[in-house]
Amino acid sequence: MSLKILKAGMLDSIQDMGRFGYQQFGINPTGCMDRYAAAIANCLVCNDLNEAVIEIHFPGPAILFEQKTIIAITGADFNATINGNNVPIYHPLIINKNETLQFQSPKNKSRCYLAINGGIKLDRWLSSYSTNLKAEAGGFNGRKLIKDDVIELNNMIESFDLKEEPFKILPWQANENFEPTSSEEFLVIEGSEWRWIDKQSQEKFLKNPFYISHNSDRMGYRLASEPLNLIEKMELVSSGVSFGTIQLLPDGQLIVLMADHQTTGGYPRLGNIISTHLPKLAQMKAGDNINFKFTDHQTAEAVLIKQQQHLQQLQIACKLRFENYTHEFRKENH
Amino acid sequence: MVRKKKIIEPVLKNQLTQEISYSISPLGDSALIIDFGNVIDEQINKLVHSVFFQLQNEPIPGMIEAIPAYSSLTIFYDVFVARNNMTDKVEPVFDLISDRLKKYIATENLETGDPELLIDIPVCYDKEYGIDLGFISSQNNISVEEIIHLHSSVTYRVYMLGFLPGFAYMGLVDEKISSPRKQQPAAVEPGSVGIAGRQTGVYPFKSPGGWQIIGRTPLKLFDKEKVNPVLFKPGDNVKFHSITKDEFEDTKSRNA
Repeated sequence: MSLKILKAGMLDSIQDMGRFGYQQFGINPTGCMDRYAAAIANCLVCNDLNEAVIEIHFPGPAILFEQKTIIAITGADFNATINGNNVPIYHPLIINKNETLQFQSPKNKSRCYLAINGGIKLDRWLSSYSTNLKAEAGGFNGRKLIKDDVIELNNMIESFDLKEEPFKILPWQANENFEPTSSEEFLVIEGSEWRWIDKQSQEKFLKNPFYISHNSDRMGYRLASEPLNLIEKMELVSSGVSFGTIQLLPDGQLIVLMADHQTTGGYPRLGNIISTHLPKLAQMKAGDNINFKFTDHQTAEAVLIKQQQHLQQLQIACKLRFENYTHEFRKENH
Repeated sequence: MVRKKKIIEPVLKNQLTQEISYSISPLGDSALIIDFGNVIDEQINKLVHSVFFQLQNEPIPGMIEAIPAYSSLTIFYDVFVARNNMTDKVEPVFDLISDRLKKYIATENLETGDPELLIDIPVCYDKEYGIDLGFISSQNNISVEEIIHLHSSVTYRVYMLGFLPGFAYMGLVDEKISSPRKQQPAAVEPGSVGIAGRQTGVYPFKSPGGWQIIGRTPLKLFDKEKVNPVLFKPGDNVKFHSITKDEFEDTKSRNA
């Protein structure tokens, strides 16, 4: 049971929710950029939330399935097709043996996630499936997927016979967001060096839009705006950083650290984007602009807990729908 | 490579020259930083490691992991797990974790968890590898031989790891060979040994780097096949010794 990459995309890699416990050795967590979309993809195919998925950028790959299975695509809409027929995102899909999944054009957002029922058959490296591109470890041979890669899949959680018929869109779906969000506003918790910048710079930070520059990738988003200034020249000895940390670079511009960020850094940390807003940022593109607004722990933690509860409910609901579906299917076929 | 055990050196609070002062600040909604003062200081770093090792042994409910750095300890936690595992209903979870940590730091006689190791690193200081030896020599008005002698005669402490998987920040190098970072980072080969300020370190991977390069080790600093893929850990002691080009090639081929 496997899938085969017929054509490589720009950057397709195996990721999960990240590799934790090894940052003391400088081993960075990596993992999915949009963890919320990845978790939903796993919910839709009845996997654990942390199961390995394929993170896809546009242009996407062409993937041949050598076995029937259930998949789901979430995150960006790249107009996916199976054997040339359009299929929706945020739905479970039954794909059959020798059918090919492709991505035609980028409709919105930046990254999409492909989850497969039962998950991908790989050994974890340091307890995670995530690909660490720098260390060339984890994921599939520690690298992005290339043409002719054959990736073994686990057995389906619950296999059921399906007559040899084309792909099928299962009739339930998940919402992209668990609550309405403003597209450009990002909530931030004040950082430990916030007071290192002068008053005007603090005002600019909270008032001005910041443009995501083209020099942005899985490591970090470089932002362009009016430069911000330190009150006096101060050096920070290296210290821990995180996904979402907003650092002030020596040229007065900002960088937001993303999934492949280093474990430590020596630039002043002005703030941190709250966890539940990182998926939204992960889906933005070069040229988009964003605004920052401060928030407190009560607010950030409340949304985080709400998001977790939402995912747990979704997971249960998807399992129920699937069980009912297979039950009905068996009745019909007996 | 020689790895030998050394006597454990417990760090007692009363060994610190000054009163412990620290601040706790958030790193977003799922991590926080205990900052002991933005300095490179051996005693402060030992204190950071003491708290770190104690947390490894008795983690706070919901704690995911911690990063010890020069003078700070960053702790990552799962808000959901922390909230569900704690009996005291303090909100927000950030305050609850902060309170727990304050109790840890107040504990008397913090000790280092693991024996400190002495790791011996062979380095070829030939000009072919030590591409910036000439720069330091002219900037600091010191002979290349003296640079090599000073760099390889001190036992360094691994203050922290970061920047790249397995990159150890060590110190302190003799002031006579202290050197500023490069203005523009340049491509650095794996195994390159560098100096920045009074720090020294070895690049495990090919990478852009801003440190002045004085030599290269034939050892593999990162091996993903090993249970512990990284050669160094926080708190280790490291000594460099000079080897010839032939010895470098010989070790290199044996490690390949």
